Amino acid sequence: MNTLHLVRKNLGRKKVRTLFTGLSIVIAFLLFGLLGALRNSFTLGVELAGADRLITVHKVSLVQLLPISYLRNIQSTEGVDKVAHFTWFGGYYQDPKQQFFAAPTDPEMLFEVYSEWKIVDGSLDAWQRNRTGMLIGQSMATINGWKVGDRLPIGSTIYAQSDGNRSWEFTVEAIFSDGADGANEQALYFHYDYFDEARQFGQGQVGWYVTKVADPDTSEEVARAIDIQFANSAAETKTSTEKGWVQGFAQQFGNIGLIVTSILGAVFFTMLLVAGNTMAQSVRERTSELAVLKTLGFSDARVMRMVLYESLMLAVVAGGIGLLLSVVMAGGMRAAVSQFLPGFAINSDTLLTGVGLIILLGLITGLLPALSAMRLNVVTALARR
Amino acid sequence: MSESLVSVRDVSKRYVKGKERVEVLHSLDLEVPAGDFLALMGPSGSGKTTLLNLIGGLDTPSSGTISIGGDRIDQMSSAQLARWRARNVGFIFQFYNLLPVLTAQRNVELPLLLTKLGASERKRRALTALKVVGLEDRAKHYPRELSGGQEQRVAIARAFVSDPTLLLADEPTGDLDRETADEVLDLLQILNREHGKTIIMVTHDPRAADHAKRTVHLDKGSLVDQAAA
Ligand SMILES: Nc1ncnc2c1ncn2[C@@H]1O[C@H](COP(=O)(O)OP(=O)(O)OP(=O)(O)O)[C@@H](O)[C@H]1O
Ligand SMILES: [Mg+2]
Repeated sequence: MNTLHLVRKNLGRKKVRTLFTGLSIVIAFLLFGLLGALRNSFTLGVELAGADRLITVHKVSLVQLLPISYLRNIQSTEGVDKVAHFTWFGGYYQDPKQQFFAAPTDPEMLFEVYSEWKIVDGSLDAWQRNRTGMLIGQSMATINGWKVGDRLPIGSTIYAQSDGNRSWEFTVEAIFSDGADGANEQALYFHYDYFDEARQFGQGQVGWYVTKVADPDTSEEVARAIDIQFANSAAETKTSTEKGWVQGFAQQFGNIGLIVTSILGAVFFTMLLVAGNTMAQSVRERTSELAVLKTLGFSDARVMRMVLYESLMLAVVAGGIGLLLSVVMAGGMRAAVSQFLPGFAINSDTLLTGVGLIILLGLITGLLPALSAMRLNVVTALARR
Repeated sequence: MSESLVSVRDVSKRYVKGKERVEVLHSLDLEVPAGDFLALMGPSGSGKTTLLNLIGGLDTPSSGTISIGGDRIDQMSSAQLARWRARNVGFIFQFYNLLPVLTAQRNVELPLLLTKLGASERKRRALTALKVVGLEDRAKHYPRELSGGQEQRVAIARAFVSDPTLLLADEPTGDLDRETADEVLDLLQILNREHGKTIIMVTHDPRAADHAKRTVHLDKGSLVDQAAA
């Protein structure tokens, strides 16, 4: 036997109470981890978005299309390096409720704008040459188990082919990695030329343009210069940086960071009260036992430490389980939510903060009971019974 | 008799409560030689527990000196006293005061956690102590699974497991029936005679006092007589 054995046994004396307190700590830190992942996802998207890329959309709304002829105008705007265009396809595989990002684009221009992307399987050349070939992101390939050479029917919730068929067949020719955290890999691209010829309506129109600027410092001016050209036309544009765009998107949900922090603050405070009360009660119940330990020669400091160990053990075990669960769950959810919440993951900062909070929780909740255990007077405690 | 193990000289103990000052012990002198088995009797409230607590280093006198085996415990700090208690004195209480969450063997082992002994040696000594009190077959039992007499014997094992010279018992048979009380008293006698423990036992029961070598009476904070048994 050692001191830890006694500490453990003391925690087990009121099993139901310890279990419930432990469970609420588990849930609190599970929540901490998952909300942390959510916050990461929102800040990560903003951080990863290139400052040197601009997005041009229809001024009225995202769903309105822009003429393909704008490509030439944008390309010749001063400060513009490369341009690519995309169109929202509303793609799905087998189940229309499970939509993913699929877009017709220009196979040459795509890699000029996203030059950091790498082909990890198949060949870029093969995709560029095959009009019905498609390029898919690595995580999309992994999740669906798709390989180079697979011929797949991709459904569209928007576009039918000229014969009325809403199912489009493409062959996987290449798989790419975005060279970062994979946030852009839940995606599927195919040839715009082929798409434009085959579709029933909307010919000559695209969804949005992505522009790579020559000098990121001039992004603001370039964006303005692009929009000015189309002012007072039938399709006016709105151009912003990719970063600003992601930020604006995130802000539709309010200040996520602040919301998450407030929720976690409230949860932590509640935990302090719950665990603190458990500890205080548990120490009050065994005043005479603590006094006996002191008669045996356990010093005041030692008795105090034992109480602190107890609250620490409760916090560390329960909080640890909660954090661990959150990592496992976030890992499991990651793929499912990656399209809407890219970068949904618990990073080491969140984990370290979690560990810090666990220790803080253990220390704070144990502090008062530990101090009263330390100050406990043996003679009066033994006489009180 | 051999020279004093416990030497209480001119000890007073006062409690101050608000404006009131209660003097519980008045200039008390008591010598207890090594190897003695002393019964301390007296009416309720006469100060028996207070005196025992002073001798056991759980409390400090308001004035006077207490030395045990040459150590001036009246001058020790509370941390020093804790260390001194762990090495020199074992306590036995009326209500046993075992920790309910630990088995008999681990209750006995508890004081050894304060020594440098290794885990296996601690366990061995705890089992040996349990054997002395005749409860080796109850080592794995929790206090709630033991009778009052058995609990008290475990408590006695805990009191002497670290081999202190002095055992202090405050009404150790106060909660036991006649027969069980006799077993416990016989056990204390064995510890005194065969293991050389010096014992001071507070009791209300004259028949319990008969097991001691001598009896002193305390009344209103002073010793009345000191007859050898
Ligand atoms: N902490 C304290 N504060 C004030 N008075 C105290 C305190 N402890 C003991 N007393 C008083 O000291 C006196 C002696 O108490 P003590 O417990 O030593 O008596 P006792 O002889 O052991 O009695 P009993 O046989 O009932 O156990 C009592 O009058 C008690 O009220
Ligand atoms: Mg008493």
